[in-house]
Amino acid sequence: MSKKRLLISSIACAALGAGLLVAAPAADAKSTSVWAHARSAKAGGGLKKLAAACKKEGQMNIIADPHDWANYGEIIKGFAKKYHVKMNEANPNGSSQDEINAANQLRGTTRAPDAFDLGSAVAYANMNTYAAYKVSEWKNIPAAFKEPHGFLTKDYGGFMAIGYDSSLGTISSLADLLKPAFKGKVALNGDPTKANAGLMGVFFASVANGGNINDVSTGVNYFKQLKDVGNFLNVDPTPASIASGQTPVVFDWDYNQAATVKELAAKGITWKVFIPNNVLVGAYYNQAININAPHPACARQWLEYLYSPAGQNAWLKGGSRPVLAEYMAKKGTINKAAYAALPKVVGTPQIPSLDQASKASTYLLANWAAAVGTR
Amino acid sequence: MTSSVQEKGTGSALRGAGPLRWRRHSAYLGVLPFGILVLVFLVWPTYSVVTGAFQNSHGSFELHTVKAVFTDPGHITAFKNSIEISAITALVGAILGSLFAWAVATGKPDGLLRRTTLSASGVLAQFGGVMLTFAFLATFGFNGFVTTFLASQFPNSFLAHPDWLYGFLGLCVVYTFFQIPLMFLVFLPAIDNLKPQWREASSNLGGTTLEYWRRIGIPVLIPSFLGSALLLFANSFSAYATAASLISQGSIITPLEISTAMSSETGVANASTAKALGLGMVIVVGVVMTLYTLMRRRVSKWEQ
Repeated sequence: MSKKRLLISSIACAALGAGLLVAAPAADAKSTSVWAHARSAKAGGGLKKLAAACKKEGQMNIIADPHDWANYGEIIKGFAKKYHVKMNEANPNGSSQDEINAANQLRGTTRAPDAFDLGSAVAYANMNTYAAYKVSEWKNIPAAFKEPHGFLTKDYGGFMAIGYDSSLGTISSLADLLKPAFKGKVALNGDPTKANAGLMGVFFASVANGGNINDVSTGVNYFKQLKDVGNFLNVDPTPASIASGQTPVVFDWDYNQAATVKELAAKGITWKVFIPNNVLVGAYYNQAININAPHPACARQWLEYLYSPAGQNAWLKGGSRPVLAEYMAKKGTINKAAYAALPKVVGTPQIPSLDQASKASTYLLANWAAAVGTR
Repeated sequence: MTSSVQEKGTGSALRGAGPLRWRRHSAYLGVLPFGILVLVFLVWPTYSVVTGAFQNSHGSFELHTVKAVFTDPGHITAFKNSIEISAITALVGAILGSLFAWAVATGKPDGLLRRTTLSASGVLAQFGGVMLTFAFLATFGFNGFVTTFLASQFPNSFLAHPDWLYGFLGLCVVYTFFQIPLMFLVFLPAIDNLKPQWREASSNLGGTTLEYWRRIGIPVLIPSFLGSALLLFANSFSAYATAASLISQGSIITPLEISTAMSSETGVANASTAKALGLGMVIVVGVVMTLYTLMRRRVSKWEQ
């Protein structure tokens, strides 16, 4: 996500400087060796032993987990308190690529990241960087949300949605947006050749218009139609442009809009979020353990915590959808208020695979500018 | 040996005195900071762009990216757009700017009009990027005040439908906004250079105004005019921030394509594509600047 990318270079320098100052004590290799190769808590001797080993390590390194991103702040504090672990947080605003770069550059040192939270394009391009690990809740995570060997497990995500100022009328299909009432009012969050949210918006438009995620040309044609009738707005939507009314209709993540709804309600504007039935185009972040984690027990304990009700509910409170949400709802362990606050969806989630995303990106590189463009 | 003389300059006044080597090199000391600047901010980046264009992501030599950039229809369209926009805005800017310069030059040499327009142009020639985009959006954008006014009063008028602003035509109009004052600044000295004596000589020999312009004024000004137009071309060709803040969808010009190639998070980012596109731009600007230098040579004949 672009937000994560913004401060990369400056933060990287700062993190490097800070990193040099923190002389972390060497991890006790003997006591943790069993965890370095454990593919589940059971394989390593059980959850209790894992907790004890992590407490013994006493610290762990995380990277690119900003406190205001999907409510990571609450998770980090909760974990540190529960296991008496000192959390070394590096480069909070770094990108997914920065996380992989740090693992490569710091390999073999005690400062290397223990766990990652990665966007899919980067996650799947670096499969040899992770240790396979299946959390205790593994069997309850839907198959679409996990890499079968446990190298990557989806953690939280959301769906593409249309957010709009309801004073313009009610939207019940994407075709509504072609009406004259929406002239110059429909924006997409980012150029799809550049930003993930924009790319997912095109997938979303494809599926909603009878196409599928194997072929984004339907979506591109839809945006071309929007452009041709003069409804497509060539402005990047931001919280500021939404608040000022410049971008009254946006294609964006549903979880980016939870805050908008609240903020605009205070101004007397009803901001609605529309997801058509059976058009659930989503993307999830991926959790992974560094294969060279200097604190292997805490890295695994961290994942166990993230997939426990405490971790999952914290993400939920941040407006995103944790992978275990439906399971927890059945079991009754979910935060009901936060779960009810999520936009309602009907249908089976479709998550573009890496091949599909890469195929779509290639198509968009060649066709997007001509479709929405510009001449 | 008098130290007061020694401090004055290159040391040539003190032949044979003081260490020879120091005197020979001290002359270059003054340009050293400039040399370092050029090395760090011009030579090194150019070298890095040129070599990077021929390397793949593992650092080994390959021609593939450069070939792709110069044959792919998308990249070619972007180059074509870039060159067309630059040519159009350079031409429009050059014509309007030179007419304004001529109008101002006929006024008092240190009159109020001249002083005001000169300083205003100095500011407006640098008025680009986000600020300029904002000015146009607030005026002619979807929620711009001209647009909203016309949409309610004259819904069928051209300006009531602001699609034009976010594309080729919009870029041309917005770029021209900083091209005109730049032309004014660089062309005014050329018009000032037209010596009144030439005009008098022409009149004395029985030449009419038309003949003066046809045979003396325009031939003398043409190299300056074309040279300035080339400068305008390069100015517009390399502009990025204005286009980036105006057009958020679809990279229609090369600088926007470079940005996509560098920072895309959808898996299509490729540093060597960015550098190959950069190489293409370096070549275009190289051609333009060579022409500009040739023009300057012609111009300097009349500037003595």
